[in-house]
Amino acid sequence: MAFTLTVNGETRTADVDGDTPLLWVLRDTLGLVGAKFGCGAALCGACTVHLDGEATRSCVTPISEVGGKKVTTIEGIGKTPVGAKVQEAWKAIDVPQCGYCQAGQIMSASALLAAKPKPTDADIDDAMNGNLCRCATYTRIRKAIKVAAGQEKA
Amino acid sequence: MDGEILRDPTRRFILQSGAAAGGGLLLSFTMTAEGNAAGDTQVNAYVRIAPDGKVTIASKVPEVGQGIKTSLPMLIAEELDVVWSAVTVEQAIADSKIYGRQVAGGSMATTLEYDGLRRVGASVRALLIQAAAARWSVPVESLTTEPGVVVHAASKRRASYGELVSDAAKLTPPDPKSLTLKDPKAFRIIGKSHKSQNLEAITTGQPTFGIDMRLPGMLYATFAKGPTYGAKVASVDLAPAKAVKGVKDAFVVEGGTNLQSIVPGVAVIADSWWAARKGREALDIKWAEHPTAAQSSASFAAKAAELAKAPPHRTAYNDGDVETALKGAAKTVSAAYSYPFLAHAPMEPQNCTAKVENGKVEIWAPTQNPEAGRALVAKALNVDPSAITIHLIRCGGGFGRRLMNDYMVEAAVIASKVAAPVKLVWTREDDIQHDFYRPAGWHNLTAGLDANGAVVAWKDHFVTFGEGETFNTSAGMNSTQFPCRAVANYRHDISVMQLGFPTGYLRAPGNNAFGFVIQGFTDELAHAAGKDPVAFRREMLGAPRLLGEPGKGDSFDTGRMRGVLDLAAEMSGWGRKVPKGTGLGVACHFSHLGYVAVVIQATVKDGAIKVDKAWAAVDCGRQVVNPSGAEQQVQGSVLDAIGSALYQGVTFENGAAVNSNFGDFPLLRIADAPPVEVRFKLSDNNPTGLGEPAYPPTPAALVNALFAATGKRIRSLPIADQLA
Repeated sequence: MAFTLTVNGETRTADVDGDTPLLWVLRDTLGLVGAKFGCGAALCGACTVHLDGEATRSCVTPISEVGGKKVTTIEGIGKTPVGAKVQEAWKAIDVPQCGYCQAGQIMSASALLAAKPKPTDADIDDAMNGNLCRCATYTRIRKAIKVAAGQEKA
Repeated sequence: MDGEILRDPTRRFILQSGAAAGGGLLLSFTMTAEGNAAGDTQVNAYVRIAPDGKVTIASKVPEVGQGIKTSLPMLIAEELDVVWSAVTVEQAIADSKIYGRQVAGGSMATTLEYDGLRRVGASVRALLIQAAAARWSVPVESLTTEPGVVVHAASKRRASYGELVSDAAKLTPPDPKSLTLKDPKAFRIIGKSHKSQNLEAITTGQPTFGIDMRLPGMLYATFAKGPTYGAKVASVDLAPAKAVKGVKDAFVVEGGTNLQSIVPGVAVIADSWWAARKGREALDIKWAEHPTAAQSSASFAAKAAELAKAPPHRTAYNDGDVETALKGAAKTVSAAYSYPFLAHAPMEPQNCTAKVENGKVEIWAPTQNPEAGRALVAKALNVDPSAITIHLIRCGGGFGRRLMNDYMVEAAVIASKVAAPVKLVWTREDDIQHDFYRPAGWHNLTAGLDANGAVVAWKDHFVTFGEGETFNTSAGMNSTQFPCRAVANYRHDISVMQLGFPTGYLRAPGNNAFGFVIQGFTDELAHAAGKDPVAFRREMLGAPRLLGEPGKGDSFDTGRMRGVLDLAAEMSGWGRKVPKGTGLGVACHFSHLGYVAVVIQATVKDGAIKVDKAWAAVDCGRQVVNPSGAEQQVQGSVLDAIGSALYQGVTFENGAAVNSNFGDFPLLRIADAPPVEVRFKLSDNNPTGLGEPAYPPTPAALVNALFAATGKRIRSLPIADQLA
C-alpha cells in the first residue's frame, strides 16, 4: 500500500508492504542511501535516522509505524543548526576511517546535542553506545562531539 | 571527487591498457594526450591536469578505511609539486596491466609504492619542465618549479601546469630511474596530516560505498547458502518466494566446491532488497548432508588436546638442543595457550553489483583484491578475463575479509541469469556464518630459565589446521618468530588436524594470535624470573642486532624493538604505582615490517574489566606519510584487538557457525574504548605500512595488565568472563 512520509521536509510516497523497514524504503524506494544497513536488528546503529528528532534505528522500524512523524536522515540533518555543527566537527577532526558507520554516528550525536548541548563523557557513552564502529574511531568521535558542542577546539 | 563512480557510473580514468601492456607495470605510461569533457589533459595513468591547474590523481589501491586513498596520491602530489588543495583523488579502475598490484592487504602498499609513486609524480613534473623549456627556448636545467608553476628564475617567466600540460603530454617521458627525487627536508605534503578522501560524501550521506550502488533498471538479490560450507540444495519449492510482492524471480544456483567461488544456493531477485529477503525467508530449503557436518569447536578442542599429548607430526625448526637445555635449567615454565575462530564482520555487509550483457561483465565491487576476483568470475562464467571490468568502490571496512571475492562471483553468476543489473547484498547473518575465519589455534609452550633468569630454552608445539605439511589458509606459523634466533635452544613443533570450513586472513594474519601467545608466555617467564616485564624483555632482546638475513621479511632488528619498547615504557610511566585492582601490562611484536610496543592499563573490580588506557609506540621506518591517518590506523588496530580479545569467538556446532549477528559476535563499543596514545619512533629504514602491526602486541598487553591487576593469568581467548 502507499505510505506518505515527510522526509527531510519533503513529502514522499512509497508503495510498499507495511512491514517494510523504513531503512529499505529510504534506500531502495526513495534513493536516499545515506542511512546504512549493518545488522538488521538494531544492534549496530548504522541505520540511525531521526523520527521527530529522536534517534531511531530505521532497520527495525516498519514503515507502517512511522505515521506522521517527521523523518530526518543524514542527507537532511545539515539543515538543522546542530546537525550542521556536528558534520563540520566530523570533517574538522577527520573522524572516519572506512566511514560506513559515520552517518549513524552523526545522527546519534546530533540527537544527543539537540537534547544536551553540553554533554558529559557519560552522556556521550550513553547516547553513542548503540553505534558500533568496527574501525574503532571512538577517540575521534568523542572529540568531534565535544568540538561540535563548543567544549573543545578542533 | 566524492563517490565519483556511484553518481556517474560512466566516469573513470581514461586508460589505454593496450599501449601499456608490454612495459614495466608501475611506470608504463600511456602518453596519448587524452582530453575529457572538462578539458583536462591526462598525462599518464595517474595524473590529469585541467587548464585551471586543478590536478586529478588516481589512487590504485582499494580504499577499505586504511586511508590509502589519501596517502598514495600524496606521494605523487609531493613530487609533482602541487598544492594538495588543488588535488582531486579518483579511485583507479582494477587493471593490473597498468597499475600492477592493487591489493589492500599485508600492509604492503606504503612499502611497495613509496618510491615508485613518487617517481610517477616526478615524471610528470619533468615533462612539464620540458614543455616550458621548449616554449621559452631555455635549457631544462635553468627551470624549477613552485607548487603548480614552472619558473624560469633568470627571466622571471612563469607558466602554470595548466598552461603547459597539453604540450607536456605529447612529450616522451623520462626514464623513471633517471629522476632525482626531493630531499625529504623539502617535503610540503608528505609528513603533514591530510584528511580522508570522501569526507564530504561520508558526512552528508552521499553514495559512497558498494552497497550504495544504483544502476538504471537494477534489481536486488539475496543468496541463501547452506549452514555447512558447500552443502548442496536437496530440495526447494520456489513458489512461496515468487509469491512475495516485488519478487521477480527465484532460482537454484548449482555452484561448485571451491569455497572461494560460488557454492550451491538459492537466489531470490526482487525490485527491492527487502522484498528479496522476504522471498528468501519464505523458502523452506532442504540442504543435502555434508561431510563436514560433524565438525565442531568442541571436537577441535578435544582433538587438539589429544595431539598436544602425542609426539608432534613434525619439527618445523630446531636450534640447539631444547631438551638438554631444559634439563639443565634452574626453572622451567610450561603453559598452553589457545584462541578461537574469528569473523571479520566489517560494518558494510558483503555486497556487489554486476551487469552481464553481450558477453561483457561489468562489476562494481567493494573488494580488497580485485584481480583474484576477476580470475574467479572468468572461470565461473567461462569468459575471458579481459571481458570483465571491475570498478573499485570504497569498502565499508575490510580487515582481510574482502581479500576473498566469493560475493563478487555470486553477484556475477546471479546477474548472468537475470536480464538486468543485479545488486547482491548479504545479511549480517550471512556475513558472520559464511566468513573465511581467522583459524583457531593451540600452542603448548615450555621454556627454561637459568639461575640469572635468562631464557635458555623455548619450545612450542603448535596444533593447527592442515593436512600433511600443507596448512589451511592463514593457519600456518612462521617458525622464526622472536625469540627464535635469540634463544640458543629453540624448537617449533607442529601437528595438524583437518578442517572442513574456510579460513582466511584477518588483520595481521597469524600474528594477531601469535603476538598474544608469545608475549603472554614471555610475561609468565618474566614473573617466573622475578623480573620486571619491561626489563626482562630488554634482556631477551639483548644488544641491537639483526636476527636472520638482511632484507628477508622475517629478519628481526632487536634494536628497533628495543626502541619502541623503551618509548612505550616512557609514554606509559612504566613502573609507577597504581591502585589495587589496577595493573599495567606490556607487549611488543614485529609484523608486517613494523615494530610495535603496547602498554595497557586495566582495572578489574568485582570481576568486571575496565581498560583504562593504551599507549602504542611504533617504528614504521624513517617517514610517516600521513600522520593523521597513521594515528588512526594504530588506534584502530589497538582497539580492534582489545575488543576481539575481550569478547570475540566464533563457535561451530554441526559444521556451522553458531554466532549470527553483533549480539553474539560483539564489537567494542564507545563506552568500553579507552584512549589510545600513539607515538612514532623514526628509524633509518624504508617506510612501511600501518594497517596491521599494532594489533598483534595488544591482546598480550591486555592479558598481562589483567595479570598485574589480579594475579590471574589468561591463556585462552576471548577473556570473556574468565575473571568473573
